[in-house]
Formats: sequence, C-alpha cells, structure tokens
Amino acid sequence: MQFGDTEDRRMLSDMLRRFLAENYANDMRSKLAETQSGFSAEIWAGLAELGIIGALFSEEVGGFGGAGFDISTVFEELGRAGTVEPLLDTLYAGGLIADLGDEAQKELLAPVIAGEKQIAFAHGEPGSRYDLSHVETHAAQTAAGFTLTGAKSVVGNGAAADTIVVSARTSGEVRDANGISLFVVPVNAKGLSRKPYAKLDGGNAAEIALDGVEVPSSALLGPLGCAFDAIEFRAASAITAICAEALGAMEQAKDLTVEYLKTRQQFGRPIGKFQALQHRMVEILIDVEQARSAVINAADHLEGDRLTRERMVSAAKNLIGRTGRRISEECVQMHGGIGMTEEYALSHFARRLILIDHVLGDADHHLERFIALGKSA
Amino acid sequence: MSSVDYDAFRTEVKAFLANALSENLKEKIRLGLPMTKADHEEWHAILNDKGWLAVNWPVEYGGTGWDGMQRQIYEIEACLANAPRVVPFGLAMMGPILQKFGNDTQKAYFLPRILNGEHWWCQGYSEPGAGSDLASLKTKAVRDGDHYVVNGQKTWTTLAQHANWIFCLVRTDPNAKKQEGISFLLIDMTTPGVEVRPIELLDGDCEVNEVWFDNVRVPVENLIGEENEGWTYAKYLLTHERTNIAGVGFSNANLIALKAIAQKEQLNGQPLADNPRFAARMAEVEIDLMAMATTNLRTIAKVASGQAPGVESSMLKIKGTEIRQEIDDLTRRAVGPYAVPKSLDALAEGNNNEQIGPDYAASASVKYFNNRKLTIFGGSTEVQRSIISKSVLGL
Ligand SMILES: Cc1cc2nc3c(=O)[nH]c(=O)nc-3n(C[C@H](O)[C@H](O)[C@H](O)COP(=O)(O)OP(=O)(O)OC[C@H]3O[C@@H](n4cnc5c(N)ncnc54)[C@H](O)[C@@H]3O)c2cc1C
Repeated sequence: MQFGDTEDRRMLSDMLRRFLAENYANDMRSKLAETQSGFSAEIWAGLAELGIIGALFSEEVGGFGGAGFDISTVFEELGRAGTVEPLLDTLYAGGLIADLGDEAQKELLAPVIAGEKQIAFAHGEPGSRYDLSHVETHAAQTAAGFTLTGAKSVVGNGAAADTIVVSARTSGEVRDANGISLFVVPVNAKGLSRKPYAKLDGGNAAEIALDGVEVPSSALLGPLGCAFDAIEFRAASAITAICAEALGAMEQAKDLTVEYLKTRQQFGRPIGKFQALQHRMVEILIDVEQARSAVINAADHLEGDRLTRERMVSAAKNLIGRTGRRISEECVQMHGGIGMTEEYALSHFARRLILIDHVLGDADHHLERFIALGKSA
Repeated sequence: MSSVDYDAFRTEVKAFLANALSENLKEKIRLGLPMTKADHEEWHAILNDKGWLAVNWPVEYGGTGWDGMQRQIYEIEACLANAPRVVPFGLAMMGPILQKFGNDTQKAYFLPRILNGEHWWCQGYSEPGAGSDLASLKTKAVRDGDHYVVNGQKTWTTLAQHANWIFCLVRTDPNAKKQEGISFLLIDMTTPGVEVRPIELLDGDCEVNEVWFDNVRVPVENLIGEENEGWTYAKYLLTHERTNIAGVGFSNANLIALKAIAQKEQLNGQPLADNPRFAARMAEVEIDLMAMATTNLRTIAKVASGQAPGVESSMLKIKGTEIRQEIDDLTRRAVGPYAVPKSLDALAEGNNNEQIGPDYAASASVKYFNNRKLTIFGGSTEVQRSIISKSVLGL
C-alpha cells in the first residue's frame, strides 16, 4: 500500500510546509482577527502562486490534482501551521462548481485558482444543525429564472466571498434529499444581505439572508432538484480535508506539548519526568496515529463507491472529533496556565481542534450516520 | 444537625434574590457576558447591605454565621437566580487568613474594608517558575528598617486589573529550606514600583495579569503572623476554606440551562434532548452531580462536627471541576454550528450589533474554553491526585 504517499505529494507537502513555516508567524492570527476577512491576502496570493489552491482541483477545470490524497496532503500542512485561510470553503464551493458546472460556470474557477476571487457555499441553515438534506430556503421558478428566499447560517468565508453557491429547495419537504437545487449567486445580487463576523478559531463567516433574490436560469448549477448527491460527495471531500487539517493541528499540539514537558521544570525536574504525564503523552501519540490512519482511510476511498466512501468519511470525522477533543484538553492541561494564553501557539490549535467538531457534523452525528450506513451495507 | 429551618431559609433566600438582582446583572450572567468592575461592585454592595456578603465569616466579623447547609442552599439559589459570583480573594481567602492569623490592628483595619468594597484583593502566589511547585517562589522581600523591599514577579493574578491590594507569598529567608523561608505579605498596589500587565487568554478575555514588583516598599505592619511562617498560613487556606470548591451551585444551574438548550435545539426534527445519545450524556453528568452534592454535604457535616476536612477538599476539587467541565462541554456541543462564531462581542455592552444565532449559544464555546482553567488553578487535578495518593492511600 502507498497510503497516498507519492513523490509528487511529498514535494507538495515539503514546499507548503516550508512556505508556511517561513511566512506564518503565530502573532499573525491575532492581527488577522481584526480584519474583515479574517485572513491574510498575502498568504492567499502566495498559496495560489505555489499552486496550492490548484492542487485541490482536477486538471479538467484548471487544477493540478483534486484526488483525496492531494486534498489530505495540503490540509495536513495547513493544520500544522494553524492557518485560517478559507481553503476549505474554496474546496467545498469550488468542488460543486467543478462537478456540476456548465462551461460558463466552470470559468468561475480560473480566478479562484489564481487567488483573485473568493467563493463560499451557503448550505447550513439556522435549524439544519449538521443535516445535509435540511433545506428550507426555497427557489420559486419564474419566467426569467428563480427567486430565492430563506436564511443561511455560519457560511464559512461568507464575509469575504465574491460569489456564493446557494442551496435551495425547488420541491419536496424540508428534510428530503430530493428537491434540492444549487444556484450560483453574486454577493451583490439584490435582496441578498450578509451579517459578517469572525470565527472564534480565525477566519470569517456570515449569516446570509435571501429576501426574494432574483437570479437568471443560467444561475442554476447542475440539474434541477437533484443536487443532493453532489453535495454529499463534496461534503465528503471537505470532511476529508478538515480531518487532515485536524491531524496536522494534532501533530503540532503534540509536538509543542512534548517539547514543553521536556523543558518546564517543577519540583527540580522537567515535568515530563512525572509518569502521570508521560503515559498521557503516550496516549496522545497513539491518538494521533489513529487519526492519521482514519484520514488515510477517508482519502483513499473518496473516489470509491458511495457507501464505502461515506462510511470511511463518517468514521474519520467521528474519530477525529473524539481524539481532537482529548488532545486539545490534555495538551492544555499538561501545559498548565501557559497553555491557556493567547500569545502561546498551543491555544490556537486547542481551539481549532474543538471547533472542527462543529463543522460538517460532530462526533455524535457521524457516529449515528456510520451506524445507519452500516445497516444498509 | 442544627435547629435551622432550612425550608424557610431557602424561601427567604429566593425572595431576596428575586428582588435584589438588577435585570442588567441577571442578563449578563445568563448570557455569559463579561462583568465590568462596576457590575461586581454593584452586587457586592447589595449583598453587604443585606449582611449576606461574607457567607463563611463568623458573625463577630460581620459574617452571616451560616452553617454549611445554609451556605450550600444559598450557593445553589444564587446560581439559579443568575447572581454574579462574589470575587473570592477578599471574602473567601483574605478574610479567613486575617481572622485566623492577623493581629487585632490588621483585623480592625482590613476586615471592614473588604466588606465595604474599599479594598479589592487579588492573590499573588504563582510565579512564572513557581506553579504547582509553589514553594519554589522567588519574589523576595528584604527587611530595610521598618519596611520590606519587594522585588520580583507574580503571574496569573486574577482580576489584578481591578484590585488595589494583593496578598503575596514572598521569600524572606533565601537560605532556609524552600517552604521555610516564605512570608505572607499584604501589599498596597498603589505603592510605587507595582505594575500590572494583562495576559490574554484563549477565550479572548483578559482576566489574568502579571504583577511586577520593582523595589516596592511595604511597611512591616503588613506582615501576617510571623516572618518565614507564610507557608503554614497558605496551607491552612488550601485545606480549610474551600467552601465553594465543589461548585455544586454552578453545576446545578448550568445543567438546568443545558437541559433547556437541549429542548430548544432540533436534531432530525426532534428536540436534541430526545436524542438517546445526548440524553444519556446529560443523564450521566446529572447522576455524577447528584452524588457529588451528597459528598459535599457529607464533608460539610464532618466539618460541622469538628473534624478537619482534610483530603475531601482535594476530592471535591477533582470531581467538582470535572463535572463543571463536562457540562460546559455538552453545552458547546448542544449549540452545534453556532459554537463557531465569535458572537459574544456582538452582545456586549455598547455594541448594537445584531445577535448571531440563538442568544444562549453566544457564550457556549467561550465558557468551555475559559473553564479549562478549573482543573489547572487552585492546585491542578494532578497535584490534588498526588495529595490524595500520598495522604490517604499512603502510596
Ligand atoms: C485562569 C487562571 C487564573 C489563575 N489565578 C491565579 C491567581 O489569582 N493567583 C495565583 O497566585 N495563581 C493563579 N493561577 C495560577 C495557578 O494556580 C497555576 O496555573 C497552577 O498552580 C499551575 O501552575 P502552572 O500553570 O505553572 O503549571 P505547572 O505547575 O508548570 O504544571 C504543568 C503541568 O504539569 C503538571 N504537574 C506539575 N507537577 C506535577 C507532578 N509532580 N506530578 C504530575 N503532574 C505535575 C500540572 O498538573 C500541569 O498539568 C491561575 C491560573 C489560571 C490558568
């Protein structure tokens, strides 16, 4: 088995790690928190130039990769460096455009891959929690196109996006998988309003209100009422990405903590000499390795059949949710007070690991999903 | 036990809280908004007027003289009513130390000023190099005529930005064994050479500080007890005055709030509270809390009958903080995607920003992150375990 580890991917990850190590300082995140987009325009341009955005997309749409392992390779490094740039949202929204777009729509991706335009996927709603089929926002067909009405919540990169992919119901009941359609909507469309805000772990999001937004027929992305399968597939790739990001964050939290246990002296010796901490550090190491394997499983099956893919993805998100919490809490605890300070890098990774569980389904959600998928296997 | 009518007491407490708390304070506590200095002072003054500020002081010093059961009832009701917590450094720490080890002049001067709010105390124990190993502290006080000259640095000092007095452990004998050269010194923070610098924590708040001392001259009258005996006094405080350590009131109120949130949040078209997995998690922590509340009462009874609490306080600290953290964890999970926005700022005073998501979600993550401190400060969980394994199990 290769576990996705090819020469090309190793070069990609080395290059990205070097770039981020040189350009991503810890104090940068707190400075970025003050800005509207919550992320760095220079880093974004740098990532585009290095081909990192392109690595998330296939050659067909102007990228250089797009496979499960390309995605996990990139996101592990992003997680390790603690970046807050909106690559996840780019992958999610961009993936849908790549999979479903007609020629004109696909052209939207070139400036995205070049780092010139920002995109987001507005799917979650105030009542949807983690349910991908919960869509109340509706699209009424008109002579000229569609009228969108509804509310979208916690839309990642929603504050910075130029173009938003919006899901809306064209038929069926609130939680039906059938009847969901996608639309490509520019943010300046009349009737679309955003309430932008910062996320606790960096980057931006927005609440989006759609108050009778009129879009032309050409805004429809993919077939009418049949977007669910594509959404589920792209959610799977986004989940693989965020799990890989969590893995990188775990590695970093682990490394910081091991280093601290070796240097912090109390009672006349390094605290790492206390067995009460040693064994817990070992548990963390095991957790990280388990997480790595779960990410490999997900990435490896991303292009496979639906049932296997979805089980692997839910398995990974559940395992990452559980171990992410444990690692976050244990690393802070074993640091003592210093682990809670904003100034010290660990606090970012601790926060990120917890909040990743609140994106694209938490550990419980994916546990129940894994069980349900197992029944239909 | 005693002749107190606890039901009547509870009724009286409820009635008082219902009248005394302003909407502003209640709302801030309910939403988890940061408390300003003025907010703290408002509640402090109301309690002092009522005579209910010093719940663990004897009547002769202006305390309530309540027994353990009354204190527990008050704590539970105050938390349920969304009353702010009383900052512990003056009332729960400095007061008992003065009453036990202070001289008459010190008692007469300091105790009334704790009550009337003139003095806001903070606790200067920890240093960058002295956390769990507190006795290795280095801040030194050198006698110079009728003053001590203090040099060094304290850290993690909670709410020092509001305080005007700090009680410190300082090294007065650099040659003695480490526990034996420590003294307990009271320092007026307006003295030249004292500097407070804020530390930002991972929840975005600045509740802790560094406190620096540069040739700070402290009158010798501000020494508590004997020179070089400070460690004994500090230890007394750790084992005897941990009235609130189990946090039963907080856990009880937070669990009730969690259940209400779980009723409002929907999962697959049903209340989250009806999801068997989530319901089980809430039930387990409730079961733990019920047992711990009784452990707490058992300890209170033991103390009332004249026995020293001993390791029970370590046990209650470990279990009590675990339960509080578990409830915080379930609360942030309950709010789902709305745990992610940095939404507390929007609700804060003076900001007219619109709320993001349901109001109960705004502080869920912040509280969860902030309360990671519970198992770190006041003797970490690891340190408490070492105490128990040594002194109870004899390992
Ligand atoms: C929010 C907050 C508020 C605080 N407020 C105050 C305050 O007002 N005044 C004040 O004086 N202090 C305060 N503290 C400081 C607090 O008491 C210390 O953080 C605590 O004593 C731990 O010390 P440390 O942070 O230096 O961690 P360390 O002592 O360096 O410990 C690091 C880790 O090692 C573990 N460890 C240490 N020794 C052992 C051992 N022998 N065996 C096993 N494990 C061990 C610890 O449990 C911890 O997990 C506060 C701390 C926080 C986080």
